[in-house]
Amino acid sequence: MDPEIFDVEGADVAWCPGCGDFPILRTLKAALAELEIDQKKLVLASGIGQAGKLPHYLKSHTYNSLHGRALSPATAIKAVNRELTVIVTSGDGDMYGEGGNHLMHTIRRNPDITTIVHNNMVYGLTKGQASPTSQMEMITPLQVEGVFLEPFNPLAIAIALDASFVARTFAGDIEHMKNVFKEAIKHKGFALVDVFQPCPTFNKINTYGWFKDNTYKLEDSHDPHDRNEAFKRATETGKYPLGIFYKNENKLTFEETLSVYSKDNSPLFERKTDVQKVKDLIEKKRSV
Amino acid sequence: MSEFLSGEDVSIVLCGEAGQGIQTVEAILVQAVKLGGYNVFSSKEYMSRIRGGENSTQIRVSSKRISAYVDRIDILVAISKGAIDHLKKRISENTIIIGDEDTLKDVVRPDVIKIPFLKIAKNIGGPIYANIIAAGVLSRILNIDFQIFEECITAMFARKGEKILEGDLKASAEGYKIGEELLKSAKINIEIEKNDGIRDEILLNGTDVFGYGCLAGGVKFMSSYPMTPSTSLQVFIAQYSKDFDIIFEQAEDEIAAINMGLGASYAGARALAATSGSGFALMSEAVGLSGMIETPIVLYIGQRPGPAVGLPTRTAQEDLNLVLYSGPGETPRAIFAPGNFEDAFYMTQRAFNIADKYQIPVFILSDQYMVDIYYNIPSLMTKDVEIETHEHSVFGAPKSKILWDYIVKTDENYRRFEITEDGVSPRGIPGFGEGFVVVDSDEHDEEGHITEDLNLRTEMVEKRLKKLEGIKKDVVPPELIGPSDYKILIIGWGSTYGPIKETLDNLQSNDIAFLYFKQVYPLHKDTLKFVEKAQKTIIFENNANSQFGNLIKLETGFEIHEKALKYNGMPFSVEEVTEHLKNLQEVERNSTNFLNPQNRKSWRSYNGS
Ligand SMILES: Cc1ncc(C[n+]2csc(CCOP(=O)(O)OP(=O)(O)O)c2C)c(N)n1
Ligand code: SF4
Repeated sequence: MDPEIFDVEGADVAWCPGCGDFPILRTLKAALAELEIDQKKLVLASGIGQAGKLPHYLKSHTYNSLHGRALSPATAIKAVNRELTVIVTSGDGDMYGEGGNHLMHTIRRNPDITTIVHNNMVYGLTKGQASPTSQMEMITPLQVEGVFLEPFNPLAIAIALDASFVARTFAGDIEHMKNVFKEAIKHKGFALVDVFQPCPTFNKINTYGWFKDNTYKLEDSHDPHDRNEAFKRATETGKYPLGIFYKNENKLTFEETLSVYSKDNSPLFERKTDVQKVKDLIEKKRSV
Repeated sequence: MSEFLSGEDVSIVLCGEAGQGIQTVEAILVQAVKLGGYNVFSSKEYMSRIRGGENSTQIRVSSKRISAYVDRIDILVAISKGAIDHLKKRISENTIIIGDEDTLKDVVRPDVIKIPFLKIAKNIGGPIYANIIAAGVLSRILNIDFQIFEECITAMFARKGEKILEGDLKASAEGYKIGEELLKSAKINIEIEKNDGIRDEILLNGTDVFGYGCLAGGVKFMSSYPMTPSTSLQVFIAQYSKDFDIIFEQAEDEIAAINMGLGASYAGARALAATSGSGFALMSEAVGLSGMIETPIVLYIGQRPGPAVGLPTRTAQEDLNLVLYSGPGETPRAIFAPGNFEDAFYMTQRAFNIADKYQIPVFILSDQYMVDIYYNIPSLMTKDVEIETHEHSVFGAPKSKILWDYIVKTDENYRRFEITEDGVSPRGIPGFGEGFVVVDSDEHDEEGHITEDLNLRTEMVEKRLKKLEGIKKDVVPPELIGPSDYKILIIGWGSTYGPIKETLDNLQSNDIAFLYFKQVYPLHKDTLKFVEKAQKTIIFENNANSQFGNLIKLETGFEIHEKALKYNGMPFSVEEVTEHLKNLQEVERNSTNFLNPQNRKSWRSYNGS
């Protein structure tokens, strides 16, 4: 499949030149094409932020919602129509800040959706405030004396919650990123992919060069089914590992637990309510 | 001392602590009373506790149809020590009090009938049987056949196992015996006309009715977070989810609940979320989202007193303003506020059609009083309901492409927010047709893509607001009850319906009428005509600011003359409504010009128990 079918003609792209969002977009299209994903059955959901605009630049069904709220509608979209491929794109502020509670509970629900978080360690759209993943000492217009807080560790949290797929990749490494995206989309269950994404406009510290110097790839021998090991690797200090940290294929997905699919896999919009059945139910109240 | 109660109806109140089984007795007795051939109405008031406190349930037994709360207590069954004190304002010299010998040993009133409930219960197997004994006593003195009572007991306890059922049946028989003795001793005597036809009527509670309305409305997805008094509807839908192909999910919070609902709706499932005031406050951002992405959703708000968490288990009509103005920016909506079971059913069902027809958020305002009442009616679904199909002329889509629920099959050129004459664009869903369905919370173009084009912004605002014209055409008119040449017009909405209606029936006055609103927004176009025709108008609301009165003023310019406002957490009683109206008639008689501000009064009620 040609990745160009996902291009949106005449899209007014609002990202800055050199932004790490561009390679993420390009690579996502390539991954979808290689997986032969049916475009007419693809829904991209997002919240708010620079990253959240991505669905506008990738031809598919799009549900752009509120800041931090992409996971709730995405879960429901997949739940009412299992034939759809549902992907969430989000920023670190969107997903780990405003949407933190939903992330935690979506991991618990384990819907079969993929979440890609553009982690630029800063708020882009609102112009450079700290995000939950900002590094200590970063000075911003709001954190005037520098960030005092320990950065949020999405991978460790996700593994602690036994998320079914947890990975990290880097927007500067197209091949790695594409492979991780493909694995995440193929994975049955909730997949969290944290992507290191340079924001040349507001984050002058965590640049392409910085990410290159401060990351390395998990060895081929890393066993993603070893949760303790995965957790240990996710909490490493110093350089950040990239790769698929953790996988648990033994969890039921949210959709699989729903009784509406116990006999019938058809999407809910095809099912009509039988009003007579309601009437019968009411009639039963004539006796005890 | 002997008491004789006869006539049309008797008001029985059971009072005890939470955990003493008062609600079980209520559930059994309402059935027994109905099957016994009487009209029944029950309502409860309770404290926000799992154990202790004082809770009471009123059961009215009547020869005529009734559906309202009264302050009057004819028979009080006091199961706890604090019961009498708790209800002292409602106890009159005509109240017969029945209570446990030990519990009430310090109560010195000549009219108290003391019965060793607890002792007998312990002999049967434990104090838990005391409430069933009490129910047995009441059934006997109400002349309900023992078989009927047994049938109700069996239905209630059969699934709890042989042993428990056996104990309960024994307790019922004991209760009957005591009732028999009471009748013999002539301490009590009740004569209410029976009507065998009532046996076959339908006995429902408020929650059931809203629930059936949701099912008949074609709900396919519900996500919610528990909050009294909306939880019972969540339980209802969860219980029927399997039979009706519904996904029910307990969300992590109200924000997730409404956002999930919108996602489900986007993908083609009729969606519902239920909450109460402060839970709804959390949903309001997404009300704006629903308006912006023109994705329908039905929001059921079980009102209780606020602000913040207020009185968790009490009743109120305080969230109209919140619902009316919720959400950032400006977006059309519709708000229903049914006050009786038939309307609760049809308005709820209609809410789903209206939400889909105009692709808007639609609200159903309910409240604690409304969801907790029980009464019998001949039938509920008296006319057919349908899950409406889209037959809109300007939708452009040929009929063959129309699925149902106002959803169309998309083609290659599909634009989700196509600007149409009436502001409603054909609604496609992903996976049905060839087009892409793009929705965006930012301002967007017809295709759904983000835009900062200020001209397009203006067009889109106008497109969305244009829908209000259609919504207004579909408004359910207020119902005028009583003479059409009224002098005094009572205005009410939602659950104040019952007490106002009963008062009106009792008064039989040919110059008082009641204008009952089951849809409170948008206002029906005839509203001004109705209010202007009256010499005097009075509104009843369970809030302190007359939120609906203010809405009428805002929309029509008409200021309602008198406002009867109650906000202590209890519903209006028939007696209170009567008193307000009598005062009003008095003022009218004594005044040549009652529009004179000196004759005006704003009644506020602080009483109640
Ligand atoms: C409820 C709410 N609060 C605040 C905002 C303002 N806001 C928009 S984007 C954003 C932060 C986005 O940061 P991030 O998710 O890291 O995305 P980026 O722009 O860096 O890609 C904020 C705070 C909003 N839109 N909604
Ligand atoms: S602000 Fe940063 S994240 Fe946003 S587009 Fe510009 S470079 Fe990218």
